[in-house]
Amino acid sequence: MKLSMMAAPHLRSEDNVRKIMLDVLIALSPAAVWAVVSFGLKALALILVCTLGAEALEFFVMRFVRQKKSFRPDLSGSVTGLLLALNLSVSVEWWQALIGVFVAIVIAKAVFGGLGKNFFNPALVGRVFLLISFPVQMTTWFNPFDMQTTATPMAILKQGAPRVFSLQEMFLGTIPGSIGEVSALLLLLGFGWLLLRKRVAPFIPIAYVGTVAIMASIFYAVNPGFGSPLYHIFGGGLMLGALFMATDMVTSPMSIKGHIIFGIGCGAVTMIIRLFGGYPEGVSFAILVMNAFVPLIDMGTKPKIFGKPKKVKSNA
Amino acid sequence: MRLPTFRGGVHPPEKKELSQDSQLSVLPPPERVYVFLANHAGVPAKPVVSIGDRVRTGQLIAEAGGFISANLHSPLTGEVKEIAKYYHPTLAKPDDAIVIDRTGEDEWDLLQPAKPFDQFLPEEIVQRVKSAGIVGLGGAMFPTSVKLSPPKDKKIDLLVINGAECEPYLTIDYRFMLERSEGVVRGILALMRALNVEEAIVGIEDNKPKAIEKMKEAVRSTSIQVKTLRTKYPQGAEKQLIFALTKRKVPSGGLPLDVGVVVDNIGTAFSVYEAVELGRPLVERGVTITGEGIKKPVNVVSRIGIMADELIRYAGGAQESVERAIFGGPMMGMTVPKTDVPTVKGTSGITLLLRSKPTEEFPCIRCGKCTFVCPMNLQPFLLNLYGTNRLYDIQVENGLLDCIECGSCSYACPAKIDLVKNFKLHKKVYRSLKGGAKK
Repeated sequence: MKLSMMAAPHLRSEDNVRKIMLDVLIALSPAAVWAVVSFGLKALALILVCTLGAEALEFFVMRFVRQKKSFRPDLSGSVTGLLLALNLSVSVEWWQALIGVFVAIVIAKAVFGGLGKNFFNPALVGRVFLLISFPVQMTTWFNPFDMQTTATPMAILKQGAPRVFSLQEMFLGTIPGSIGEVSALLLLLGFGWLLLRKRVAPFIPIAYVGTVAIMASIFYAVNPGFGSPLYHIFGGGLMLGALFMATDMVTSPMSIKGHIIFGIGCGAVTMIIRLFGGYPEGVSFAILVMNAFVPLIDMGTKPKIFGKPKKVKSNA
Repeated sequence: MRLPTFRGGVHPPEKKELSQDSQLSVLPPPERVYVFLANHAGVPAKPVVSIGDRVRTGQLIAEAGGFISANLHSPLTGEVKEIAKYYHPTLAKPDDAIVIDRTGEDEWDLLQPAKPFDQFLPEEIVQRVKSAGIVGLGGAMFPTSVKLSPPKDKKIDLLVINGAECEPYLTIDYRFMLERSEGVVRGILALMRALNVEEAIVGIEDNKPKAIEKMKEAVRSTSIQVKTLRTKYPQGAEKQLIFALTKRKVPSGGLPLDVGVVVDNIGTAFSVYEAVELGRPLVERGVTITGEGIKKPVNVVSRIGIMADELIRYAGGAQESVERAIFGGPMMGMTVPKTDVPTVKGTSGITLLLRSKPTEEFPCIRCGKCTFVCPMNLQPFLLNLYGTNRLYDIQVENGLLDCIECGSCSYACPAKIDLVKNFKLHKKVYRSLKGGAKK
């Protein structure tokens, strides 16, 4: 009997970071499968290139650049890669996607200190980088199945063209768009898995989508040309963004109050861009803008310590 | 209606089934005991015996060394062998102990008079608790008589008895509630008289239905209430227990008496009964010997200062692959480097755990689990960040000293960060830095 001296607690939960990341991958898989079904093998190639590329790059950076000898893959790279892939148009080339992966993993994540230290959602940084660098491929959209070039619901709205997509099409996902954003149904299904596994709280998506719904309703009432609330909720990247990008633990606030403020902020910025900005879509920018406010939100929504009087506030 | 509880907390595996059905067995006095002078929180006791002295069971062998201190009594009838340093299970270093060798059967040196509690004046009960060397048997070992003597300006109106036993594996309070409920209740009544309170609540978690039933029966003709709590760790932490039972919040940095409450645990109440009505000073206590590393987990009543390995032998011995020997339970207990370590008044259990998978650490991903489970509503991840960057003052502003070291954050953390271990260290560093500044 050889005894070890160890610190309490001597029991630890079965949870770990890798299991959390695996659950996120599982949650995204219905949308990923639908991407391949509706947009074909090119979508599969993008998903594989991004996911495997990101995991490999993460491993390389951790082991050989940051010299973490004991680093074992934690699947966070795959999550970033898969999210990036699902945010791309099927017209993006594989090498362009790899550049996005590089920006996401190295510039948005590793440079800040790696997993847990980044301020901005790496997948979104990668996506926005590609959007600016390759605007043509990033905004050339195809119809699912028949692969005709077309415009997304949000772009149609921006151009003031008549509505052509039904709610059912948008909800099920038979519309043009980024390969993983089109099916609200499958995204919700995946998010349900995360809720079931208690990996996320629903407050950010509720506040985000709720804000979009309220703002869209107001503007729709003023002028139907702004698009109906349901159109705004299901027609673009909102579901993917609200359910899986804004809820990224590393780059979102800690408390429930913080979640709600963050969600409202994301919703408001998204709608301002969509209604008045130059882009038809505003989800990526909105989340990135709000990412920058997270430290501030966290500071303003510190939980009240048990037994501390209400008004005492520290200025830490 | 959902049962009351506190905010936060975790649900570690309870593991009570290992030992909960083992009836209390009163162990015969061992051949030798090691009674630490630091057998309580505060100042160590001062020996009043010398090497070679003959002592009787219950005889005073060391007296309280200050206000926060406690008397020590001989757990055996025998001879004082030596006063020497032995490994202390909670100080985690060698410390002075009076070693007594047994020379024969117990000859009791009882406290006089011993009579029903209601024939004592309140201050006489406090005095008796003090002379009997009674300390909190839940583990903190705070002298009970000090709790019973609140400052004049603090009005106490409620006694809370901790029957939560939220620490996994341990079942000793459970067995006392089942088998010694009458003594426990008389102890509670004595404490109520000492404090001059009308109301007492025994809080028991709903994973112990038999104990709830038994205690409800035992308090029937008294004003004591038994309340069922929703099982969750750390329900037995006093601030959480008071909140769960009464919704009163002990202020940050304050004590239960700031909200008119005194908290004692089941074992302590029983010892008070023994001291008051039987005249027996605190020389023995209940201990659960349990864990997957124990062949036959048991609940025993044994003398203070018995070696842990004697207890382990009594419990059928240890398994080969034991990795840690813990004094107390697995959430807050401390490991010892060897099993020939004597028990103290606060030793509620000896838990032997088998070899576990090495935990793989990850970076913090700000998942918020620690914040969610912290019963004190702290942000452990943030405290840890400040601490590792040596920002101790900011850490304290953010509640470092409010941390009750329950271990819920470390338990829940998916990155397997040793949050509580770090906080204990940070507190020490902060306190020694502050101490240095005063000089």
